[in-house]
Amino acid sequence: MTDFTPLPALAGGVLIGIAVLVLMALNGRIAGISGILGGLLPPAPAQDKGWRIAFLAGLVGAAFLYIAFTGGGIVQSVSSNLTVMTIAGLLVGFGSAMGSGCTSGHGVCGTARLSMRSIAATLTFMATGAIMVFVMRHMVGG
Amino acid sequence: MTRIIASLISGLIFGLGLIVSGMVNPAKVLGFLDVAGNWDPSLAFVMGGAVAVTFLGFKLLGAKPRPVFAEKFHWPTASEIDTKLIAGSAIFGAGWGLGGFCPGPAIASLGLLRPGTLMFLAAMVVGMIIARVASQSGPAPVPGES
Repeated sequence: MTDFTPLPALAGGVLIGIAVLVLMALNGRIAGISGILGGLLPPAPAQDKGWRIAFLAGLVGAAFLYIAFTGGGIVQSVSSNLTVMTIAGLLVGFGSAMGSGCTSGHGVCGTARLSMRSIAATLTFMATGAIMVFVMRHMVGG
Repeated sequence: MTRIIASLISGLIFGLGLIVSGMVNPAKVLGFLDVAGNWDPSLAFVMGGAVAVTFLGFKLLGAKPRPVFAEKFHWPTASEIDTKLIAGSAIFGAGWGLGGFCPGPAIASLGLLRPGTLMFLAAMVVGMIIARVASQSGPAPVPGES
């Protein structure tokens, strides 16, 4: 159970939007994370690896920057059930590659472009995500 | 080199956004998806803020001839809503609701070295490779069809 935190949520969302705009304005690329990572993977990785690796390095480095600047830790509660996390990772990787996008590519970039394709994808993964949580928490019992 | 630095800065800001918003915390994501339980609507504000800024910025960029450090804007062109899109998104959502991670927050959490995160990331990469291999080989061509 977590508390409703509208202001940090909105501030973080604005930062994500700025990051998306920086990548498009400067490099002309969509900040879709599954697509950026997917372009580095076999078979047939993309030719343009440099900017992809740099973006992912920034994503990883943000945690260190945050901790260095605030002196605080990052609140995070990750399941320690490695079987569950393995299945979750397989589904997220397979599904986002098959559906050509995840929360960033379809959810933020595509929705902001009013792409019906991305809006359909977003509604779909929101729905199955909610169904999965309902099943795990209210039917299987957590 | 400028393109590499621009990407690095974008990734850093994106990661900070995920951390500040609380989206790196799977418990918060699951709280958002738990509409029948103790619902935490925070994630709607993350998405709302990100989409609003992106919407306005993309409108402005749409009038520009080219990006600062590259030859052209790579705007997505696909528009069809097909089985692959919906099935893939449905599978992705199921995994998101199971672990509370989507690709961005999971990658942004790599440095915190939690066992669940590392396992998720390894499995996610494997899942992506499987989907990419399957999509490349595609369905076997039917004899007689061009």
